[in-house]
Amino acid sequence: MRHHLILRVITKLLVGAIMLFAFYVQFHGDFSPGGGFQAGVIMAVAFILYGLVFSLHNVQRVFPPWLVHKLVALGVLIYAGTGVVSMFLGYTFLDYGSFVPSHPSSGQHYGILVVELGVGVTVTAVMVAIYYAFAGRPPRLSDEEW
Amino acid sequence: MLVLTAVAVVRMRSLFAIAMLSGVFSLLSALLFITLDAVDVAFTEAAVGAGISAVLVLGTLALTSRFEKPTKRSPALPLFVVMVTGAALIYGTLDMPNLGSADAPAQLHVGPDYLERSVEEIDIPNVVTSILASYRGFDTLGETAVVFTAGIGVLMLISGLSRRRRRDDEDDESEEV
Amino acid sequence: MGFELTQEYILGHMNYWLFSVLMMTGLYIVVAKGNLVKKIVGLNIFQTSVFMLYISMGKITGGTAPIFPLDMEIDPDVIYSNPLPHVLILTAIVVGVATTSLGLALIVRIQEEFNTIEEDDILKIERAIVQAENAIHGDAMGGRA
Repeated sequence: MRHHLILRVITKLLVGAIMLFAFYVQFHGDFSPGGGFQAGVIMAVAFILYGLVFSLHNVQRVFPPWLVHKLVALGVLIYAGTGVVSMFLGYTFLDYGSFVPSHPSSGQHYGILVVELGVGVTVTAVMVAIYYAFAGRPPRLSDEEW
Repeated sequence: MLVLTAVAVVRMRSLFAIAMLSGVFSLLSALLFITLDAVDVAFTEAAVGAGISAVLVLGTLALTSRFEKPTKRSPALPLFVVMVTGAALIYGTLDMPNLGSADAPAQLHVGPDYLERSVEEIDIPNVVTSILASYRGFDTLGETAVVFTAGIGVLMLISGLSRRRRRDDEDDESEEV
Repeated sequence: MGFELTQEYILGHMNYWLFSVLMMTGLYIVVAKGNLVKKIVGLNIFQTSVFMLYISMGKITGGTAPIFPLDMEIDPDVIYSNPLPHVLILTAIVVGVATTSLGLALIVRIQEEFNTIEEDDILKIERAIVQAENAIHGDAMGGRA
């Protein structure tokens, strides 16, 4: 992959911008199109792009597989944990009004933010894990055959 | 346009071109979603269909083969089945309301209710997000669990983790013996 | 059925018919083509056409995307499209890509096991395996299984 100079430079420029955009989509999802699912996918695309251009080994140094596997479960835990917390506060499962009882709609804001974060973490980690799994196998076709 | 792309997918033999065409198909359908006012959906479709899916299909091609072999079976029977099913579907749409009519059954009950209540109960501008994360929180939890399960399934199938563990087990057993 | 074939009727139903055609194209790929990767792409086309069907049900003529202005002062004259189908399809797309990747992973395993991803070849190999098993165990089970 030494020879793809343009690809490498452009990728270096783009990866940061893509991640920034993913965070924007994640936390601005209440006000504009977007949310956990889209942000997760965009975040994963940033890692996948880096992996495609700079080889799997390098991206796994940035985002090691064991961390990815933990994050897959962590996202679901955050989501379900939100529900459990609201149960302990005396409300029903996933009733976000419980976080700020005096002002239920701002409790809803917090709840939606946390839950979307959980979704985003899981989707990112699953997509990256799937990419690692596919890319980690020895390919049958060499580069020249494409 | 969409139909043309789909027909091209039927005719193509080169799987690489098919992967690219499926990306094109996703982008076109994202444009369609925008014209149908579903901006969130269009966003997701563009990111997922044109981005991740194409990469995954290409990854599979790198592990398998690049060309499709011509099949020897005759296309008559599948074509017949497809025709009959399609005719039944179109017959089923004859009673549907026109596209965009405001008095369609789908617009009368739950949808407007969410739109009205979301203003005072949730108080965030994007109604899609408020339904997704709050009113339908259980659904979304289930969907997240499905994504989680699919991820685990892929890891077990092809990541080589299970094989490593099995080899460890065999090592343990041989040590015990 | 009481309907008239007016121009309005035809234009209003054209979307459903186009989605049916797309859906059937996907189904045809799944049924008629032998290559497993191509079958997955066909399934995706089928799936997307179902998404379009749902989204088109939520559309209201003259409506706009269901996102309120930032200050939450809602003009009562503005019509918003139905957000409910959007939510359903949004999650369905992500679940769709997760299941697609699971299918592709299965294909990779099949390739490693049988060294082919053509349905015809796999069936041939499976038949050979069954015949070999029959030849070994057939008598013990009381004739051919």
